[in-house]
Amino acid sequence: MNRFKDSQHLLRLAGVFVAGLALFLVLRSALVPRSFGQYGHFRGDALAEIAARPINYAGQKTCEDCHSEIVELKHAGKHASVHCEACHGPQEKHTLDPSDVVPQLPDTTMLCPRCHEANLAKPAKFPQVDTKEHSSGEPCKTCHQPHSPLLMPEEKKS
Amino acid sequence: MITRRRLIYLLPAATMAWDFVLAGTPEASPNYAVTDHWWAMLLDITKCIGCGNCVRACATENDVPEGYFRTWVERYHVLDWPSETPIVDSPDGGKEGFPQSKNTGGKNFFVPKMCNHCSHSPCTQVCPVGATFDGPDGVVLVDEKYCLGCRYCIQACPYGCRFLHPTKHVAQKCTLCYHRITKGLTTACCENCPTGARQLADLKNPNDPIHEFLRTHAVEVLKPHLATGAKAFYNGLDGSVR
Repeated sequence: MNRFKDSQHLLRLAGVFVAGLALFLVLRSALVPRSFGQYGHFRGDALAEIAARPINYAGQKTCEDCHSEIVELKHAGKHASVHCEACHGPQEKHTLDPSDVVPQLPDTTMLCPRCHEANLAKPAKFPQVDTKEHSSGEPCKTCHQPHSPLLMPEEKKS
Repeated sequence: MITRRRLIYLLPAATMAWDFVLAGTPEASPNYAVTDHWWAMLLDITKCIGCGNCVRACATENDVPEGYFRTWVERYHVLDWPSETPIVDSPDGGKEGFPQSKNTGGKNFFVPKMCNHCSHSPCTQVCPVGATFDGPDGVVLVDEKYCLGCRYCIQACPYGCRFLHPTKHVAQKCTLCYHRITKGLTTACCENCPTGARQLADLKNPNDPIHEFLRTHAVEVLKPHLATGAKAFYNGLDGSVR
């Protein structure tokens, strides 16, 4: 009965706790991602992962690098602040391979009314027309140059 | 010499040391410092024409599934004042524009909606696993690898800006085009807004025009009484907008 001193019971119990703690720390380091807690209660690497997603819209500056003629024309007209891709769609692929990926020309019959079809909820100052009444289905570019949309002089109409 | 007992003593210390070995050197991001930015968005109701360009651009840029929206446009028809029940419609999120408004008096206007990127966001507070978070640069994001799809954040968002992706089964929302703004581009919706009704703003940049705009215009956030610290600032916001 005297094989163990009383204090050894406590030491063994302490040993179990230490082993448990060590196991916890090993599991924790294996299971919790390395960057967790880098900025707060989340995985810090997620920021870089989300930032690494590919883009589709190249951005106005990229367009202006090559198409300076159209930019000049646009800046002189009412559409100066409308970005290229707002009408021409996402062009990142075109910027990566300008010769092979050629953007399709938008159909002005569909495109222009998206913004300029009359609607009571639009700000009153915004230029609006009832397209049926205004052009009876003619493409807008018959009379308007989309990049600088005030009426074209007669001789330039095609 | 390492006895069994010594090993037990050494293990915890070794674990901690191994943590640092695994962490390696922090990734260098030369062009973007998270601490230099505090992103926000300015939405100008007086300029919105409800063309739906932002909704289409967002869907294209972020591969948003059909029928779900990270940004959308609502049309308000307010007949009386004070109006507790404004008539609101948003056919397909305003993706293809709006049909003609009925001329029955009152006010008609468009309200573009998106994640408000709250600085005290209710959605991140309820996430049980730390999958959604307030980023150090003021953008509320979702870590798709960590999200369990429990939907708690979706019901916690007072602005209804989150949804569960139908095939990935994770919560999704506006990322403020984090993959674009970290590259120096603007968001897809701002890039495509023809009237400038949406403006990306960096509140930490002293040269950003947002500061002058906030000083000189009547600007309000949605549901200010909730004190969410929303950073989607609306110019010309009518009291009936929810």
